[in-house]
This record gives sequence, structure tokens and C-alpha cells, in this order.
Amino acid sequence: MIVPYGNVLLLAVILFLMGAACAVARRNLLMILIGVEIMLNAAGLAFVAASLKWQGMDGQVFVLFIFAVAASEVAVGLALIVYSQRRTGSMNADDYNRMRG
Amino acid sequence: MTLFAVIFYVLAIVVLASTLLAIIQRQVVHAIVYLILSFLATALLFYLLGAPFLAVLEVIIYAGAIMVLFLFVVMTVRAEPMRGTRWETLRQWLPAIALGIISLCVAGILIAQVPGSEIGLTAGMATPTAFGRYLFKSYWLPVEIVSFLLLIGLVGTLYLGRQETKPAGEKGENHP
Repeated sequence: MIVPYGNVLLLAVILFLMGAACAVARRNLLMILIGVEIMLNAAGLAFVAASLKWQGMDGQVFVLFIFAVAASEVAVGLALIVYSQRRTGSMNADDYNRMRG
Repeated sequence: MTLFAVIFYVLAIVVLASTLLAIIQRQVVHAIVYLILSFLATALLFYLLGAPFLAVLEVIIYAGAIMVLFLFVVMTVRAEPMRGTRWETLRQWLPAIALGIISLCVAGILIAQVPGSEIGLTAGMATPTAFGRYLFKSYWLPVEIVSFLLLIGLVGTLYLGRQETKPAGEKGENHP
């Protein structure tokens, strides 16, 4: 026996809330993307723990798909950040309020 | 308390501390370095919970590829100092912390009340061979869809990252 299943779930919840707080409270676009990464990582941890609890491999397969989605999301997100930083010259989320093309 | 439990709690403390340090850093580079530490400890947690292949993938994809991508972007764009006084920063953090604590309390009560969460996890391990066989036997169609998603991400990144130096008249050229 390693630990109760609830402890792993609680760890995943705390990690997820840390990522959500980072994505909500920070104003830097890169830090918002980092918060999303932390949230995806916490979801993966919960999936792995559930996979061990029910002794199946479906949870681990889902974590593999989460990895792929996170990788493509961060690639497109960083390209968007670089593109909009080139256009507007700012990386602060408060500056994106003018709605001009 | 077994040895595995001690390892789990130590790794949990490392993960939580490094993530907390990462999200409160003022410099993005420092946050990325702390986050690499957090992802390495998470990879060890995956190994402890019986997923060695996913532990390796966590190191390669998260701590390797994604964080290096972040570092490249940080080096590419111009660094900006954080604006605002300390009070304004605190005013941004306060609602997030309050809502997070409320959600954490609710989640803790829920996890404690739902039956089955107090069952101890028995140590097991899915070998990479068994994992690969299971993946391509039961989930071959999602694998193909995910590969298509990665291709779309590649094309989108290339489209967004192209140089806009050529004048508007010559649209026929393909190379940047």
C-alpha cells in the first residue's frame, strides 16, 4: 500500500487550484500559459492515481493524450503570444483592450 | 507508514513548494526554472504510482520540450518589469486565493465523504510493453486523431510565426 487514494486526489486538487490562481491573478501572458500547464499536469496526476486505483491502463492512455494536447496548445499559444507581442509591443494582458485589427 | 508513503509525501511537498515558488516569481525565467523542478518531481510521482513510461514522457515533453519552448520565447521577446505597486498585486491575488481556499475546503470535504477514497493504493506497475500494446489495441483511432491535432498545431505555429517583411503586392511566393 502506498497512500490512500484521497491523498493523491487532494494533492492534484491543490496543484490545480495553484495553476488556476496563477492563470487568474497574473497579468503576464506567459504566466497565464504557465498556469494552464500546471492545471493540465494536475489533471494528469489525478488520472494516473485513478488508473492505479482501478488497476487499468485507461487512465494512463488519457494522460498520454493530455500530453499531446498540452504540447500542441503551448506551441500555438506561444506563437500567438509572440505574434501579438510583435503587433502591439506589450505582453501585459491589461493592454489588450483596444480591439483594433 | 511504509517507505512508499514517506516517498510520496516528500515528493508532494517538493511539488507543492516548487509550484508555489514558481507562480509567485516576478521574473518569468525564475518561474520556468522552478517549474522544471516541479515537473521532475511529478515525473517521480508518476513512477511511484506505477506509470514508468509516462514518467519518462513527463521528463521529455513537459520538463524538456515545453519548458525549453517557454525559455526560447522569454529570450526572444523583450522583458518587461511588472507594473503596479505591491497593493495592486495583492488586490489581484486576493480573490484568486479566497476562491481557491473555498474550492479546496469543498474538495476536501467531498473527498473525505465519498466512499472509496480511503482505500490504500496497492503498488503496481504497467510496463511500457503492456502499455503500448493496450494503447494500440484499444485506442488506435484516438492516437491517429491526436497525431492530426499535432499536425494542425505545427501548421498553425508556422502560419503565426512567419515573417511579414514582404510587401503586399507579391502574394505568389511561398517561402518567407
